[in-house]
Amino acid sequence: MPKKLMKGNEALGEAAIVAGAQAYFCYPITPQTEIAEYLAKRMPEVGGVFVQAESELAASQMIFGAAAAGARVFTTSSSPGISLMGEAMSYITAAELPAVFINIMRCGPGLGGILPSQGDYLQAVKGAGHGDYKLLVLAPSTIQEAVDLTIEAFRLADKYRNPVMIIGDGLIGQMMEPVDFESCTKPPRLDCSAWATTGCAGREPHIVKTLFLDPNVLEERNRTLKAKYERMTREEIRFETYCCDPPPDLLFAAYGTTARVVRTAVDHLREEGASVGMFRPISVYPFPDDALRQVAHHPAVRNVLVVEMSMGQMLEDVQSALQGRRPLHFYGRGGGNVPAPEELIDEARKLLGNGHGGKR
Amino acid sequence: MSAPTTIFRRPEALRDAFTHYCPGCTHGIIHRLVAETLDELGLRERTVGIAPVGCSVLCYNYFNCDMQEAAHGRAPALATGVKRVLPDRIVFTYQGDGDLASIGTAEIIHAANRGEKFTTIFVNNAIYGMTGGQMAPTTMPNQVTTTCPRGRDVNTAGWPIPVADVLAQLRTPAYIERVAVHTPRYTVQAKRAIRQAFQYQAENRCYSFVEVLSTCPTNWGKTPNESVQWLEDVMVPYFKLGLKKSPDRPPVD
Amino acid sequence: MQREVTFAGFGGQGIMTAGKLLALAGMAEGKEVCWIPSYGPEMRGGTAYCTVVVADRLIGSPIVNDPENVFAFNRPSLDKFAPRVRPGGLLVINSSLIDVQSPRHDITQVLVPCNDLANQLKNGRSINIVGLGAFVARSGMVSLEAQRSVLHKEFGRKKGDVLAATLEVFEAGVRAAQGDKETVRA
Ligand SMILES: Cc1ncc(C[n+]2csc(CCOP(=O)(O)OP(=O)(O)O)c2C)c(N)n1
Ligand code: SF4
Repeated sequence: MPKKLMKGNEALGEAAIVAGAQAYFCYPITPQTEIAEYLAKRMPEVGGVFVQAESELAASQMIFGAAAAGARVFTTSSSPGISLMGEAMSYITAAELPAVFINIMRCGPGLGGILPSQGDYLQAVKGAGHGDYKLLVLAPSTIQEAVDLTIEAFRLADKYRNPVMIIGDGLIGQMMEPVDFESCTKPPRLDCSAWATTGCAGREPHIVKTLFLDPNVLEERNRTLKAKYERMTREEIRFETYCCDPPPDLLFAAYGTTARVVRTAVDHLREEGASVGMFRPISVYPFPDDALRQVAHHPAVRNVLVVEMSMGQMLEDVQSALQGRRPLHFYGRGGGNVPAPEELIDEARKLLGNGHGGKR
Repeated sequence: MSAPTTIFRRPEALRDAFTHYCPGCTHGIIHRLVAETLDELGLRERTVGIAPVGCSVLCYNYFNCDMQEAAHGRAPALATGVKRVLPDRIVFTYQGDGDLASIGTAEIIHAANRGEKFTTIFVNNAIYGMTGGQMAPTTMPNQVTTTCPRGRDVNTAGWPIPVADVLAQLRTPAYIERVAVHTPRYTVQAKRAIRQAFQYQAENRCYSFVEVLSTCPTNWGKTPNESVQWLEDVMVPYFKLGLKKSPDRPPVD
Repeated sequence: MQREVTFAGFGGQGIMTAGKLLALAGMAEGKEVCWIPSYGPEMRGGTAYCTVVVADRLIGSPIVNDPENVFAFNRPSLDKFAPRVRPGGLLVINSSLIDVQSPRHDITQVLVPCNDLANQLKNGRSINIVGLGAFVARSGMVSLEAQRSVLHKEFGRKKGDVLAATLEVFEAGVRAAQGDKETVRA
């Protein structure tokens, strides 16, 4: 199949099908409703389950049930709906089940608006629900990458028996770009037979639960989860550097669509002779601290500028990674406004100062 | 020639604003009926309305009284909060079918069951309008929407929820009626029901609920005229109009 | 090399489709492409617009505030986007619905009576295809051959003479832009 021009939302739906998703439960919300609309057609074609639930609360608990029954499952929503899924995220993680959540973020807080945002970063990486739990969180910046990471998300969910979340801003859902499904392969399915609730014929009953009243038993579970997150930190770090060899005077840090805008700004600034580069986290939990430090702590790097479509969320992770050893700056847009390359170029020039390529 | 007399004007409870509703959408008529009622009963200045999430989220720009905006489906919970702390005020929720009958089912059932003394205006247009035409719990059998592209299959999506009839099953006293506004005759009846609902609230009698069958030409993919016809031919036979429950007629055991 | 255009008009004028067809032609030429819609609250009723970027390397920012080219299909779009055209860029105006031009002197303005041309060919709904023909012919953002082959592919499967009718209005747009009579170069 040659490349296909697809809207991000539809491509995400198709990616889940390629990954062998067996069941999808959803509730409409802009700007990701096209995923549901696409899968309303596609899931029946591939013999999969499609259910429009009565709410995000229900949709996410439906994937809990289906995951515990051994199916490869996922759901998608946008910010206000993801808030309602926080409960299920906590339970599914506690029960150690694989599942995939996709959040096509819109601007908030509250009902906010429907335009692109990265305002749910902290919710995703720190936790929308209660208790000691983490999701593995991946942040694509192109539609092809969204497709690849979605398929990867299903593999990782199985690998860790832990929910994986994809965060994309509204533009990732609404843009069209060419996508190639040819090189995509379906990740092998986890053997769920040791715990899935499929009927106990010929074996002892399986119980999927998250209530552990004995503190020592529960603490042991907490430790198991912690060990998982430590393993993710060793094995699942993903990032990209752009124009960082040799390390630049000014290092941008950005993810998702914002990273693309930064890329354009970097290209312009370099044409002027400025020494700038970009660090782009792809896995945002686990966050690539070490990798970021390796670039940012190079003596050549004088400033780090974090750019986000929020009032400063990934900023907190960058801050803790840099340990205060480099001056850290922030440029954020909100309300659904996407920063334009020109804004970033202006911001960069202020930091580059004279003699560092800032010509004007 | 005698001086002209005003025979029709904007109710005081509506603002002088252009609405964002599509041509042929009956949300506007329902707004007017609510506003006329607030005027006639002299309630405007002590009324607090709760807007839903749906096409009518912006109704706070049209109703000329205090308004709050709820999260999707939660208007009855906010209304409960308001009414409990301000029991002498008039409180109403204005909600669509996705808002009330899907994500907000728990809130509406429990508000009605507690007998909260507020009024709900439930706009049933058999579809999700604001998000662009997905299936609602009230979508008609075989009706095509973007999330039931082959038509609503009652075997997997169930039958349309007749909310007024369902709420009428609760033992707690309430006033519950279903009306329509697609012809002048129905609209006159709808006005009487909405007025009755607010009247009961003003008398602190009971919870009151008026379901109004409404059009969505845009997402039904029909002209305004076709929409009126479809509502009459398809919705009215299923969603039976009339009084479902009245505090004056207690249930018989 | 990166080229951009913003197509803007009323919802229902086929603006989004025109943009998609252009992006497909860019793809057919082996370029990187990106199609970015407006999906804000403006969509209901007001102006609809999309931006198409065609480049020979990975596309960075999907947000282009000063596009090289703008096609205004209605007056509100002209008012909104004409000031944003990059100096030296191209502004195509649907002169059937817009009876003014931009006061700017640093851009090229081309007038194409899209509705009239479409109506003459009894294909009033295809003003977007007329516009596409005119735009591609004038801007060279993609080749006419690539655009034609995309039209063949996309409309060839449709019933009846949809393809022939589409190609007819497309060529009318191409000729209108090449005729140059109404071009203003100020
Ligand atoms: C938690 C949450 N989920 C989903 C949405 C998206 N959403 C906005 S309006 C709406 C449904 C509107 O339909 P309805 O209540 O029938 O009202 P109508 O627009 O038809 O008047 C949905 C699903 C949201 N805003 N918040
Ligand atoms: S989308 Fe439907 S419900 Fe919403 S304003 Fe338009 S016609 Fe009315």
